[in-house]
Amino acid sequence: MSNAAVAGHFDDAAQQRQAAGLGMWAFLGTEILFFGGLFTVYAVYRMLNADAFAEASRHLYMWLAAINTSVLLTSSFTMALAVHAAGRADRHRTVRFLLITALLAAAFLVLKLLEYFLDYRDNVFPGDNFRTDWRHNAAHAQLFFVLYFVTTALHAAHMIIGIGVMLVLAATVDRTTNVASKTNSVEMTGLYWHFVDIVWIFLFPLYYLIDRHGSH
Amino acid sequence: MAHTDSAAPRVYQHVVAALMLLLAATIGVSYLPLGALALAAALVIAAVKAGLVAIYFMHLRHENPLMRLFAFAGLSWLIILLGLTLFDYLTRGVAGDP
Repeated sequence: MSNAAVAGHFDDAAQQRQAAGLGMWAFLGTEILFFGGLFTVYAVYRMLNADAFAEASRHLYMWLAAINTSVLLTSSFTMALAVHAAGRADRHRTVRFLLITALLAAAFLVLKLLEYFLDYRDNVFPGDNFRTDWRHNAAHAQLFFVLYFVTTALHAAHMIIGIGVMLVLAATVDRTTNVASKTNSVEMTGLYWHFVDIVWIFLFPLYYLIDRHGSH
Repeated sequence: MAHTDSAAPRVYQHVVAALMLLLAATIGVSYLPLGALALAAALVIAAVKAGLVAIYFMHLRHENPLMRLFAFAGLSWLIILLGLTLFDYLTRGVAGDP
């Protein structure tokens, strides 16, 4: 790490990395609460409307989302490899794994858009065209879909930001004369990306896998 | 910095394989007649997956205590938010309606 660029207000590279890490984790703390609010609303409404939520959940395209989950988990893996390569100042592998991660993220978004299209076609998008053939309370089913669309769209927005950061970072690492000076940037982007992955890890079972055994 | 260790990619391979198995497990479990336990099973599996990502991919395994404290702080605010809210809703009517 001797050739890592250290800003004037830090003693050494280790202190600089520590400061970046603490700042990133503090930011992720606010992000946890951002999504946490939505998950709390979900918890309360699911508790109050369990049957309607289970019925609504079975209208989602679970297998499409399952494939998407595996894509996202793989992208976290390739991001970890990018961080590893950056730690060794390996320009070629850092750029390559950042681009692969961005590509997997884009694949996730394409599948997610397809899913939104299918959802819209199924008339489960909240509003005037919301389907009416519910066994349980239709308003409660609509509540499920409001939460589903808001939470997954917020998650998708985080992914779009992540892709943007990765592309800029890949271009920067590709051009820089000192790859080690970008190690922290790649590592912090990695933390953000793994956080986005963790949000989806909880989102997937909570929205797509409610009571699939039951047939009511 | 332990994550620059040359053995790390091998560890990441095992982690992503475990994540895929747990994904299959959570889907499989959702088809079992577990009743109220289904939600608990799904959340436990999700927590294990999130833990694997945090500990290995986010390097918490090798971080110093201060960094771990910052990471844990985020989780503890969430526990307060969820815990106190559910403490209200889950206990309504327990002592008889007023």
